[in-house]
Amino acid sequence: MKSLILFLTLIVLAPLFSAIMLKIKAFFAGKKGIPLLINYYTLIKLIQKTSVYSISTSQIFQVGYLITLATTLTSLLFLPFSGLPPLLSFNGDIIFVLYLMSLGKFFTLISAMDTGSSFEGLGASREAFFSFLAESAFFMVIISFFWFDEKLSIASYFMANNKINVWNNYNFPLPLVGISLFLILLTENSRVPIDDPATHLELTMIHEVMILDHSGPALAFIYINSYLKLLFFSSFLTLLLFPRFGLDNKWNIASFYITLICIYISIGITESIMARFKLNKVPKFLVITFSLATFATIIIMGFAR
Amino acid sequence: MDKNFIKIKNGENIKVNQIPYMEFDLFYENVLQLALNGYSIIHYFAYNDNFQTRLIAVFRKQNFLYIATTDAPDEYQNLTEKSIKFHNYERELAEEFAIKTINHPWLKSLRYHSNFLGKTDVFGNDYSNEIPGNYEFYSITGEEIHEVGVGPVHAGIIEPGHFRFNCIGEKILHLEIQLGYQHRGIEKQILQLKKSALPILIESVAGDTSIANSLCFSEAIESLANVEVNEEYEKIRGIALELERIANHVGDLGALSGDIAFLTAAAYYGRIRGEFLNILLEVCGNRFGKGFIRPGGSKFLININQRRLFLNKLKKLKKEIIEIADMLFNNAGVLSRFESTGIIETDIANDLGLVGPVARASNLFYDVRYDLPTGIYRNISIKVATEKNCDVMARALVRYKEILHSLDIIETLLNNLEGTKPNKNINYSLSPNSLVVSVQEAWRGELSHCIITDPDGNILRYKIKDPSFNNWIGLAIAMRNEEISDFPLCNKSFNLSYCGHDL
Repeated sequence: MKSLILFLTLIVLAPLFSAIMLKIKAFFAGKKGIPLLINYYTLIKLIQKTSVYSISTSQIFQVGYLITLATTLTSLLFLPFSGLPPLLSFNGDIIFVLYLMSLGKFFTLISAMDTGSSFEGLGASREAFFSFLAESAFFMVIISFFWFDEKLSIASYFMANNKINVWNNYNFPLPLVGISLFLILLTENSRVPIDDPATHLELTMIHEVMILDHSGPALAFIYINSYLKLLFFSSFLTLLLFPRFGLDNKWNIASFYITLICIYISIGITESIMARFKLNKVPKFLVITFSLATFATIIIMGFAR
Repeated sequence: MDKNFIKIKNGENIKVNQIPYMEFDLFYENVLQLALNGYSIIHYFAYNDNFQTRLIAVFRKQNFLYIATTDAPDEYQNLTEKSIKFHNYERELAEEFAIKTINHPWLKSLRYHSNFLGKTDVFGNDYSNEIPGNYEFYSITGEEIHEVGVGPVHAGIIEPGHFRFNCIGEKILHLEIQLGYQHRGIEKQILQLKKSALPILIESVAGDTSIANSLCFSEAIESLANVEVNEEYEKIRGIALELERIANHVGDLGALSGDIAFLTAAAYYGRIRGEFLNILLEVCGNRFGKGFIRPGGSKFLININQRRLFLNKLKKLKKEIIEIADMLFNNAGVLSRFESTGIIETDIANDLGLVGPVARASNLFYDVRYDLPTGIYRNISIKVATEKNCDVMARALVRYKEILHSLDIIETLLNNLEGTKPNKNINYSLSPNSLVVSVQEAWRGELSHCIITDPDGNILRYKIKDPSFNNWIGLAIAMRNEEISDFPLCNKSFNLSYCGHDL
């Protein structure tokens, strides 16, 4: 029951968390910034409109974004928020979740290709290439987790009797994994320095360009998906980072929320103080992400067990 | 080499019959020799005098202008293949006066309008079709080659223009830029307007360059009418022109930061640009200086109170500009984006005839304020800001140096203002059968207006050459072998005018 309430609250709050990021960016730009509820207003506005579909698109374009949203929502069901038991769990679910996310991405990609626009083709090709590199880094992270736990289940990694949390003793390679996960988060959610979600320049976009042809409720669902996806990656990282106060301690939830918000704030800070990478530097960046995770795994293999 | 040309100063008026006339073949040879030997083209256009079409070429070398004329043939062997500087000028000739240049490598309409003489169209276009586009684009074929078309309607609040990229993967092989969507027929409208309405039209040639255009126009008119301008007005004009330069350069630095998602500099420079526009607003009631400068003087003066206010404001703004620039130019991420992006080497920039900050960033030493000074610029020393690296970084640095230098100029001029209200001469008549070329350093570079009057002292031909007319080709060349994702950044580093080009 607790898990369900926590799950629902987080889903509802996801747009608010994203707005916190915008506030931080506004602070760095010396601006007051837009209201914290802006994302809800945007969603309400979009849902009241009608979707316009290009005549050059097929049915895939009209269901693609729904499938993507469904996969992200399903993935969230497997996360043991705040160390409470997740709504769904089985051994091997981490692999399932990863490929579920990839399935979602696959539908975003073919929806983009479906429009026949030269921009969206460019965006799809970039996204496919960069996600492929980010995925390998994520797998290395999972391999390092496997050395701790010898299970392939998110719940068993992060549940109460866990081993995997940076505050536990003998887990000194985990901060490396944390950094690696943070970089993966930036990549998968098209944040600066990989991509710029705020740009209007089609030629430089990676993710944003793929959704150019969506409008109205379809666009609203795509936005919801992007909030949830960011929530998934941030929560995953939070589970690794947040300090716990023993079993079934009510402070665990507070600590979880605070850490989660801190992660959003650090994304905001990263976006504010960094310039975007040149596109051909992104693969190098992702290789670094992969190397960090690999290095952590090697240390874990040698010392942590 | 230039013995067949008349040598004049910037803003000097001469009688049309003083301009050396040559037979076309000789003219052709001479013009080509000058273009190949380090003279830069300021104007190369035709005009119609008593049913006879004449060609005029205006060149510049160091501190002087060189002019010659000839009767225009119906067609001639192109000059573009021998010197690429002629590329746009010859396309313009073909479009405006149906003078066909044979074997021109890319003879295509520049602005999409029918010619001035009602002759058969050189390009075979049907202008009753409203939408431009009845022309071929340069295309490359082969495996993995793809074309990306951007515009004419863009995502940002910018003017219309079509960009056609031929790419292999992410790499640009060739970029073709097609403009003309902003063509308003300015040069023809000028001939039909009353004298009092002229300045207003001139100021709207390019909205962000209204002060430079209006200054160029005023100096040309004053020269033709033999009107002396009081030094107080010259100082005010200098201040206005430098304010326009600073506002736009600061805006450009902000936009460059915005393109690479470097948030802080983008936000601060965006605001500081507004502060400079607001100074203009306080002086003349318009943020872009419209209605500020008029032939004979300027409509507004700066009083002692305003002067103190502005000096304080400028001091504060200068400090902020330097602080943000330190942050911007010392950030590793920014440097990795700016450096080695969009390079135009010095000799290529020279061959293409680029002007302004773009040319100076490619280490070409030319600033109208230094080389062809008029007005107050004859009395103050100008430091020409050049850079050697020829990339986006160099273009940003040139802008930054020019901002600081312009701030110093404004400070000096403000301190030297007398605060008196001098007389001005508003009634003028233009001397008949004359020609004047006035050149100014607008913030984008060399801006030139050329006026020819008829025997009654009316304007017979008004030619405007915006710096963008020279520089658009530079952007196309800079993009070769660059990543397509770097195009917006390179484009911002040039920041060229669409309406200034399209007229």
